[in-house]
Amino acid sequence: MIYDVAVVGAGVIGSLTARELSRYNIKVALVEKCNDMAMGTSKANSAIVHAGFDAKPGTLKAKLNVEGTALMPSLCETLHVPFKPVGSLVVAFSDEEMDTVKELLDRGNANNVPGLEIYDKAKLKAEEPSISDEAKGALWAPSAGIVCPYELTIAAAENAVINGTEFIRNFEVKAIDFDGEVFTISNGTDTIKAKYIINAAGVYCDEIAALIGDNSIHTTPRKGEYMLCDKSIGSLAKHTIFQCPSKMGKGILVTPTVDGNLLLGPSALDIEDKEDVTTTADTLAEILEIAKKSVPVLTTREVITSFAGLRAHCDKDDFIIEKSEKNAQFINVAGIESPGLSSAPAIALYVKDIVMAEIKAEEKADFNPTREEPVRFRHMSNEERKALIEKNPAYGRIICRCETITEGEIIDAIKAPAGARDVDGVKRRTRAGMGRCQGGFCGSKVVELLAQELGVEINEITKFGGNSKILYERTK
Amino acid sequence: MLNYDIVVVGGGPAGMAAALKAKECGVDSILILERAETLGGILEQCIHTGFGLQYFGEELSGPEYADRFIEQVYAEKIEYKTDTMVLEVSQDNKVYAVNKADGLLEIQAKAVILAMGCRERPRGALNIAGTRASGVMSAGTAQKYVNIDGYMPGKKVVILGSGDIGLIMARRMTLEGAKVECVCELMPYSSGLTRNIVQCLDDFNIPLYLSTTVVDIQGKDRVTGVTIAKVDDATRKPIPGTERTIECDTLLLSVGLIPENELTKNVGISLDRVTNGAVVDEYRETDHKGVFACGNVLHVHDLVDFVTQESQIAGEGAAKYVKGECAEKEYITTKGVGAVRYIVPQKVNLNNEGDVKLFFRVGSTFKNATVKVKYNGEELISRKRPRLAPGEMENVVIKNDMLKKFAKDGVIEISVEV
Repeated sequence: MIYDVAVVGAGVIGSLTARELSRYNIKVALVEKCNDMAMGTSKANSAIVHAGFDAKPGTLKAKLNVEGTALMPSLCETLHVPFKPVGSLVVAFSDEEMDTVKELLDRGNANNVPGLEIYDKAKLKAEEPSISDEAKGALWAPSAGIVCPYELTIAAAENAVINGTEFIRNFEVKAIDFDGEVFTISNGTDTIKAKYIINAAGVYCDEIAALIGDNSIHTTPRKGEYMLCDKSIGSLAKHTIFQCPSKMGKGILVTPTVDGNLLLGPSALDIEDKEDVTTTADTLAEILEIAKKSVPVLTTREVITSFAGLRAHCDKDDFIIEKSEKNAQFINVAGIESPGLSSAPAIALYVKDIVMAEIKAEEKADFNPTREEPVRFRHMSNEERKALIEKNPAYGRIICRCETITEGEIIDAIKAPAGARDVDGVKRRTRAGMGRCQGGFCGSKVVELLAQELGVEINEITKFGGNSKILYERTK
Repeated sequence: MLNYDIVVVGGGPAGMAAALKAKECGVDSILILERAETLGGILEQCIHTGFGLQYFGEELSGPEYADRFIEQVYAEKIEYKTDTMVLEVSQDNKVYAVNKADGLLEIQAKAVILAMGCRERPRGALNIAGTRASGVMSAGTAQKYVNIDGYMPGKKVVILGSGDIGLIMARRMTLEGAKVECVCELMPYSSGLTRNIVQCLDDFNIPLYLSTTVVDIQGKDRVTGVTIAKVDDATRKPIPGTERTIECDTLLLSVGLIPENELTKNVGISLDRVTNGAVVDEYRETDHKGVFACGNVLHVHDLVDFVTQESQIAGEGAAKYVKGECAEKEYITTKGVGAVRYIVPQKVNLNNEGDVKLFFRVGSTFKNATVKVKYNGEELISRKRPRLAPGEMENVVIKNDMLKKFAKDGVIEISVEV
């Protein structure tokens, strides 16, 4: 079989792009090197939908950020992904920083960001009571929001699969041949044939492009470490609180998450290793110190976990979304660092337009844009719960106590189109194991359910694919 | 809607002992709700011995200890539902729970006994640096995999934390053929029972490194090693230059237990910042009328025997409450001073008819120290103790005749003098 398009990389960009392409009568493959989608940058980032005042006017970043942010609320509604329009603040702590805030306002206006406003100290304190007394004022951006980035990715990929896209996991692209018409993509043992390739490989974009001799891209992984705090202090930030930006990025933010936790970070460190998502004690301590500048009452007491993600920083300080100079059937979608998540819905449309200008195909009459809404027992009323359990008793058994996640929800996550195959996959889809005990109680039950539903022994279940196994052989 | 006099949340040793005592005190309408598949709680996975020496005067395994109570629950025909999770306790002591067979349960209780136990502190709470490879888990999770599921969670193991579960798992993993490289303890002393250090580490030549912590975890998919370092006893921060890397595929964490008080918090019950459990009186009644708490959800115990004894007090208290036999309440408070980190109960009713045992825990080790009990600054009791340690709960008894001399809002202080 020859696919019309192979999308390499099932992050938020690849998954949303595959979904846009699945509207047409073409054959699409979504190719991923890991055991699940959203395994790179898309699972570990600030989860912010930026208003769009940061990027230089006239850049692709500026255009796609504002467009993507405008599309995000309705897209999330369609795909049943949590999104909250909390708005954002860029806080100034000095007169010089107030000048920066005013520059951001001008830039935002040039980028057509809606509703921007400068808050003085009193207004800022009224709107964000936990903010430091040292704050002088802030830029208020009402169009900013927060989203669950991995759920958006998973929902987009699932929806693409429902509409005919094939999701191919554990396929690490190692070689690409081109016969003048069709690419042959190889992982060393198996091959996939496709007429077009969309390179959405995140930090690996440069390496994938190099496989067709395109050496124009150079990606530097820029590591960002984060700390996640318990829901009990989730309301300390009502909006996303930025400090003034530097050339390494938007600095340390304090933000609520869609699940009600509080997120601190990220740091920014350019590194070599594209797999290095380690956290370091010094950096985490530094994040807390800087975050306390915004919200002084923060302590480590409520931290439930920490993690790191890599942004795909490219030398050219803009998104690179274009046909490769080496091959017009190979489209690079590279350098998608912040505001990549915010821009993702617009990037997907932009890429779709490039591809569909080449492939002449009709839209499907039966395209289904929605993902079935997952059961969220924890958000239901007792009446709804009663009815649900009557229909399916599996929803009457709580597996994850901290987050109140039922057996039924976990089974749904495994059975979903392109469903979970490992413990972290179940966690991202359901939140089982994401609470304060971090899987201490439910981890083994999730392993059992995965083994039962996938029909394998429990010691074959992994944390996140590959060699990340959890159990060895049987006891004596 | 169902109606019971007493609903017990949790069918572990605390819940069962409380229910049995309440029954013995004349309450018949009792329901135990347990989230696991069986009664017995965490004892079911504690297949080592050492349980029951205090309470039964004989050495039992965890399941044997639990079984004695499970048999009594059967014999007394106390109702229970397993695989049942309590979602909420309302302001008027209505309990909402859920299970597969009944669906959503709404149960009106006169009294509620909270006996949910505790959970283990996870890695995230420690902020240990390094990768997110598979092979890092709490000691209790590993215990379940080995003892209940029958699978080995690792072969070359480092254990962080010398609490009892860590020590027990060092031995258990060794017996199952794993190599336990070492047990690291942040503090300059172990918080585990002395007998466990001897029987679980010394007897198997497993080194215990005190004032040591794990500073880094390596491995991309599965753990390949951890870096440990000595810590400064004053700051508890790693000392640069003392790091060394130990090759292993598993890091077990036994770094503390946290009472599971989410339900308690949602009712609005006051919690003690040191115990992380409810503030209670001598019958273990919380400041929400008719809601009692006992066992590890109230404060973390060293021995299940003490959990049993405490829970019997709560069971008796709940029975008295249901039967309307509670004395009028005039409280004095208790207060740990200096090395005494906490006291349970935090308050005592002056109109109580019996003696009251105050349980307390110290924050560091002492030799030949004196425990002093004062009432409003005046010394009541002075008792020599050859040894005091954070890992072993202490108690003093306030005799009823003493209690009768106290006045409302007085303060009992316990301190340790060297």
